[in-house]
Amino acid sequence: MLIPCPHCGPREVSEFSYQGDATRTCPELTSTDVKAWYDYVYNRPNPAGPHREYWQHSGGCRAHLIVTRDTRTHEIHDVAFARAALNRAGEQA
Amino acid sequence: MVEYSALALLKNAFTGNRDWKQAWRKPEPKPAYDVVVIGGGGHGLATAYYLAKEHGITNVAVIEKGWLGSGNIGRNTTIVRSNYLLPDSIRFYDFSVRLWENLSHELNYNVMFSQRGVLNLAHSPGQADEYIRRGNAMRHEGGDGVWLSRDEIARKVPGVDLSPNARFPVVGGLLQPRAGTARHDAVAWGYARAADRHGVDIVENCEVTGFLREGDIITGVTTTRGEIRAKKIALAVAGNTSRLLQMAGIDRFPIESHVLQAFVSESIKPLVNCVVTFGGGHLYMSQSDKGGLVFGGDLDGYNSYAQRGNLPLVEEVMSEMTAMFPAVARLRLLRSWGGVMDMSMDGSPIITKGPLPGMYLNSGWCYGGFKATPASGFSFAWTIAKGEPHKTNAPFTLSRFERGNVIDEKGQGPTPKLH
Repeated sequence: MLIPCPHCGPREVSEFSYQGDATRTCPELTSTDVKAWYDYVYNRPNPAGPHREYWQHSGGCRAHLIVTRDTRTHEIHDVAFARAALNRAGEQA
Repeated sequence: MVEYSALALLKNAFTGNRDWKQAWRKPEPKPAYDVVVIGGGGHGLATAYYLAKEHGITNVAVIEKGWLGSGNIGRNTTIVRSNYLLPDSIRFYDFSVRLWENLSHELNYNVMFSQRGVLNLAHSPGQADEYIRRGNAMRHEGGDGVWLSRDEIARKVPGVDLSPNARFPVVGGLLQPRAGTARHDAVAWGYARAADRHGVDIVENCEVTGFLREGDIITGVTTTRGEIRAKKIALAVAGNTSRLLQMAGIDRFPIESHVLQAFVSESIKPLVNCVVTFGGGHLYMSQSDKGGLVFGGDLDGYNSYAQRGNLPLVEEVMSEMTAMFPAVARLRLLRSWGGVMDMSMDGSPIITKGPLPGMYLNSGWCYGGFKATPASGFSFAWTIAKGEPHKTNAPFTLSRFERGNVIDEKGQGPTPKLH
């Protein structure tokens, strides 16, 4: 599996560390909503198909990435810097 | 139905082995059953068998999307053990070992359960303390944990690198003598034949495409071979749990599906007489009766439904093998494969009524579904028949995550990578 890092180009998966599902949203840190925390901490959509997920190029440029990858084939559809993607989402919100 | 004996072997040898009868029927699915079990793997077949045998519920179908036993029952490294720390885990898995001890007799099918022992190597004083504590916990619950010194390990498993200069020097090991291995295909076939004899329909090549419901209540399934209605629908689908629950409208669940690889080497003469695990990393290895070394390690580490893994993990597992058994470095690898694990968020399974009315769920088996097959089937069948859990699976609820009552062996917190 090669992950095309936007900074370094296509690199072997062993250079990257997986950081899990990128669709989860953390509740406000002051929130006392138990259901919301339970959902954030434990629940996952776990799709068979395209999956948005965090990877870090820890053995390379160390950038945090958001990768869209098909969990059935390991084919990678899209890679973006996590900060840029999160900023865009923040502006839309 | 087919029976195996020395006489039958001889007779069939003379006729070129052309006249063996099928071990189970190939029925067309009926329009309705009392119970439909989704998933024709070890757990699904065991569930159907115990439903019929223990509870007299024989109007049961097991439906399987592929061929029988094509999933994780045939993809594991065949290890059976109950060397756990927490009382809930010890009781459940020790119950399973006790069922294993009588399984060949009960099914009249040789599952080749071999209580050759599982030895966990410890590589630091801290790890030794942890293992001794776990051994004590096992003994406290009536199990069998034995601490072995380095000299005792040298006598029991001569191939292990015990030199003090090793990268991860061995300080001792925890042995569970009653643990061991079994022949995984035979477990599927034995349960299938035994369930079939009680009248259970085993329907292969029948993939679930959706659920039938009346209001909130699940009343049946749509499949590639038509609609099948049932009073109770039981899921035992391992890595596909989330996919099936999504069909039923539950789109978030405390499970991730991950790929776990396993390996077998070419056959060699007897090298190890027990299962050995490497505590410096994550590796478990045994030698099959055919002589091949059967072993596996960590998950690849990312969500996957692909049933195949990648090379970095292969290299990691091989490096651990050569660290533990330097003598196998020139051995050739025969095969490798992957299975899709239902990794729960505390490393323990979920065997429960629900989450929807009319539905029963058996999942979250992580690394260790195979050893649990008999107890899983027994307790799941109990739960389905009586509508309430057996004492062994009562702690393994779905609500435990929300209640903060998790069964987390290592106390590591929520991550889908635990045992």
